[in-house]
Amino acid sequence: MNTPEQARLADVLGQHRDTLLAEWLRLHLPVALRRGLAMEGEIREQFSAFLNIFLDTLPEANTFDWSHPEWEPVRDFLAEMSAHRARQGYTPIETATFVFSLKEPLYARLREAFSHSPAEFAEVSWKVSLLLDGFGLYTTEVFQKSRDAIIARQQEELLELSTPVVQLWEGVLALPLIGTLDSARTQVVMESLLQKIVDTGAGLAVIDITGVPTVDTLVAQHLLKTVAAARLMGADCIISGIRPQIAQTIVHLGVDLTNVTTKSTLADAFVIALQRLGATITMPKAAA
Amino acid sequence: MERIPILRLGDYLIVTIQVDMHDRLAITLQDDLTERIVKESAKGVLIDISALDVVDSFIGRMISNTAAMAMVLDAQTVVVGMQPSVAITLVELGLTLSGVRTALNIEKGMALLKQRQPR
Repeated sequence: MNTPEQARLADVLGQHRDTLLAEWLRLHLPVALRRGLAMEGEIREQFSAFLNIFLDTLPEANTFDWSHPEWEPVRDFLAEMSAHRARQGYTPIETATFVFSLKEPLYARLREAFSHSPAEFAEVSWKVSLLLDGFGLYTTEVFQKSRDAIIARQQEELLELSTPVVQLWEGVLALPLIGTLDSARTQVVMESLLQKIVDTGAGLAVIDITGVPTVDTLVAQHLLKTVAAARLMGADCIISGIRPQIAQTIVHLGVDLTNVTTKSTLADAFVIALQRLGATITMPKAAA
Repeated sequence: MERIPILRLGDYLIVTIQVDMHDRLAITLQDDLTERIVKESAKGVLIDISALDVVDSFIGRMISNTAAMAMVLDAQTVVVGMQPSVAITLVELGLTLSGVRTALNIEKGMALLKQRQPR
């Protein structure tokens, strides 16, 4: 501990640890509880844990710079707490305010301890303020990052979810597409379809686009790419689920579907697929 | 000099590409293949590329040309064993391998060749 003021600070605060905690809780526990997002016990635990780690690190750290490696234990604690609160549904302002709110009881203690020297009080309280500001803003940054991570993971899950390939019959696969078809999804769609073709040895794939809201030139291109790739693997494709508006759009855009069989419903496409396999469908006659 | 072996199965020839193709190897293959088609009156050629993880535009073109040459000699070509990643790459590159039929494996490839379409 180099500066005498830091030593004095650590001393003063260390001595009044319990009073500090009690006063902090008194001032801000009601605010924290108001949201009802966590149990009182857990919140009390957070207050006391942060205060402890802050006061424990203070004597060891030789600086008031919050980003310095010596303050790492506090940053780690705040990072974990921030991510935890993000999951619970707290806003980043609430989490940062939690850190800032420590200033009030701290200043009260410091004013008392440095009452003989207003200049020193001003100096120390400014430094502590900067320190806590830094930590408060750090929680916001961590919060952002953890939200971004959640979004990224959800995007991945969405991609996985919406491209199942099912086997309708021996040698016939169905690929029901739901949602828009962008380049990223087309890649995933192509890969899953081709892999399934290899796994099942299917010779026919029915791509159903009932769930695709709009078909523009890009979507049409992606569809045709998928058909071409499947054909290279020895499987023919039938596109089904074409709504009347889509049919109009396709013709207006001049998309060339001459090499692809198209049907308006999945049922019709399935019948065509079975016929191509050489199967015949007979319905038992109703009893007279 | 390395050559790609050409095997005969009845009226058909089977070629398995297992090594990286370079110019000379491709030309040698085309020479050998056309000779064998004539010599054995082969009705069809099966090119197995299941060992290839990567197919570039050179190989794509080579396969197209070989198929065209075989067609001139009245033999049909079927390419088998394309891996999914290769199919995606070919489609992205815009190489449609027109004039070349494809099948998933040798069994299906032979079935395709046997239902030979008249010229």
